[in-house]
Amino acid sequence: MNAPARVSYREALREAHREALRCDARVFLMGEDVGRYGGSYAVSKGLLAEFGPERVRDTPLSELGFVGAAIGAALGGMRPIVEIMTVNFSLLALDQIVNTAATLRHMSGGQFSVPLVVRMATGAGRQLAAQHSHSLEVWYAHIPGIKVLAPATIEDAHGMLALALADPDPVVMFEHALLYNLEAARPSTWPRVDIARAAIRRPGTDISLVCYGGTLWKTLEAATALSAEGIEAEVIDLRVLRPLDDETLFDSVRRTHRALVVDEGWKTCSLAAEVMARLGEQAFYDLDAPLARVCSAEVPIPYAKQLEDAALPQPATIAAAVKRLLGRP
Amino acid sequence: MDESSLTPVPLAPELSLQLLRDMVRIRRFEEACADLYGQGKIRGFLHLYVGEEAVAAGVLHALAADDAIVATYREHGHALVRGMPAGVIMAEMFGKREGCCRGRGGSMHLFDAGTRFYGGNAIVGGGLPLAVGLALADKMQGRSRVSACFFGEGAAAEGAFHESLNLAALWRLPVLFCCENNRYAMGTALERAHAETDMAHKAAAYRIGAERVDGMDVVAVYEAATNAAAAVRAGSGPRFLELLTYRYRAHSMFDPDLYRDKAEIERWKQRGPIHNLSNRLKAQQQLTEEAFLALDAQALSEVAQAVTFAERGTLEPVADLLKDTYTEPVA
Ligand SMILES: Cc1ncc(C[n+]2csc(CCOP(=O)(O)OP(=O)(O)O)c2C)c(N)n1
Repeated sequence: MNAPARVSYREALREAHREALRCDARVFLMGEDVGRYGGSYAVSKGLLAEFGPERVRDTPLSELGFVGAAIGAALGGMRPIVEIMTVNFSLLALDQIVNTAATLRHMSGGQFSVPLVVRMATGAGRQLAAQHSHSLEVWYAHIPGIKVLAPATIEDAHGMLALALADPDPVVMFEHALLYNLEAARPSTWPRVDIARAAIRRPGTDISLVCYGGTLWKTLEAATALSAEGIEAEVIDLRVLRPLDDETLFDSVRRTHRALVVDEGWKTCSLAAEVMARLGEQAFYDLDAPLARVCSAEVPIPYAKQLEDAALPQPATIAAAVKRLLGRP
Repeated sequence: MDESSLTPVPLAPELSLQLLRDMVRIRRFEEACADLYGQGKIRGFLHLYVGEEAVAAGVLHALAADDAIVATYREHGHALVRGMPAGVIMAEMFGKREGCCRGRGGSMHLFDAGTRFYGGNAIVGGGLPLAVGLALADKMQGRSRVSACFFGEGAAAEGAFHESLNLAALWRLPVLFCCENNRYAMGTALERAHAETDMAHKAAAYRIGAERVDGMDVVAVYEAATNAAAAVRAGSGPRFLELLTYRYRAHSMFDPDLYRDKAEIERWKQRGPIHNLSNRLKAQQQLTEEAFLALDAQALSEVAQAVTFAERGTLEPVADLLKDTYTEPVA
């Protein structure tokens, strides 16, 4: 059977799950509606039939309980992947992730590690209003003891899961809900990815645009528009939100001398704030202009389309901010 | 429906008709929403209440105007019966400024201070602690009001459910817990999510007076809720109703509905709450087919007017995006 010529972000994730479930008997997937329903974003569709209800395990609505149980299973020698429907609901499990998963290794003097992968959807753009749309990646990126991944491309969606599973410590993986339908030609073989480095998605000389997850594609669109006006922006996809890859950022800024961060989180205490602080601390003398950022408006994400659009970073607002920074009309 | 199920309706005829009218209003409103979703007028997540009308109609008619309501994302029907104008609800779903939340909330987040309607919560289980707190405030301030909280059986697996029941029972708070057991939480059937599938039994474990009620029979719902609300109001602590019901439609407009048997849906439709009541009223000569058709036409016209109102609504200016993130200082 020939594999189809195109592949989506969702399918890439599904294949990664399938490979992990096939290769390692310790791996299992659990979460609300991952089995019979096929996953709230259809990532796990078909996996129940292939691997059975023990390994593709539907849970009741009990985020705290099943994430905590996954931590226990990880301690007990399994390699659980937990899917939480969206980051907003992950707040019900925050206690287990922050107070238990992230602390156990250190607190036990290195005796216990928690090889757990928690996946969840994040982000706005579908008029789902304030309890289904937030970008809370930075809440997790704040926590020592966990690693935070944000696959923004199909290759990363495929490649990051296995690396997350191979990690001896808890890894939280954010999938922007607008990316699931992203499609591209299927690579003949999946490329190797790494979860240590940020990626330069578009080289440029005039400014470094730093982004991650769902904002990558908006930022690339802005960069294309800017290029038509003679501005060559370098686009850096952070990929790994904790630990941040400072080197790639500093290298880029050493060449472009300007940086703007695009972040769907709110500006106050955002990942953008952290990136800017690092650039300010360690790349200050490479900069020819103040650092800048485009973030979401400081408001719970509203339902009405014109309000939601206005609340989020958009290619036009990104491009405008770049031009302001470069003193272009 | 066989003759033996046509048990008499022991309510005042005007009340029976009001219950029927409200169920039909919900049904027609929800059907219109499904259409409008298809047309792209309503966006985001949309959860319909078709099949479950007897629950909102029966419980809400048993409550007083100053009682509080806490509902879920499947709350259009509750809002309608509670007295929010259909146009204002529809305008909210259209994302219009004339909507109850000026387009901020949409279908899942209807609020109305005037009728003490506290939302519209899309975090499963999120409303229960809120109802406990509303009841605590009433108790501490010596008011004898009821805080009624609607939630699905899926929510009963969340910690918030157990913590809320315990608190309400421990502090003898005036909460009426209304568990809308429609047998599915998204694609997860009751038996696949609960070791104890009897929700009333769970409540009883917290020493809360609890009862299982046929949620397809609006009369049974109304009577149970009336008794329970009276007990709560009298200060005897919380009560719990498990309303056995069924949703005819998919969980939301995104749900392909592949996890249940079509025959099961058909079986439940046989017990539909609207014809259950209308047939009984006809059998006891309190309703004619013409009167039923007139009532239905009235509901259709109310919904049509609501749609027109929503269509004619305006958009909140983007300049007001940040409005109401905080209370504005009084000048
Ligand atoms: C905390 C949380 N987890 C998951 C979801 C996603 N979700 C929304 S509704 C729902 C099913 C809830 O079922 P139930 O409580 O029985 O109510 P019903 O939808 O059947 O009325 C799920 C899983 C959510 N909104 N909030």
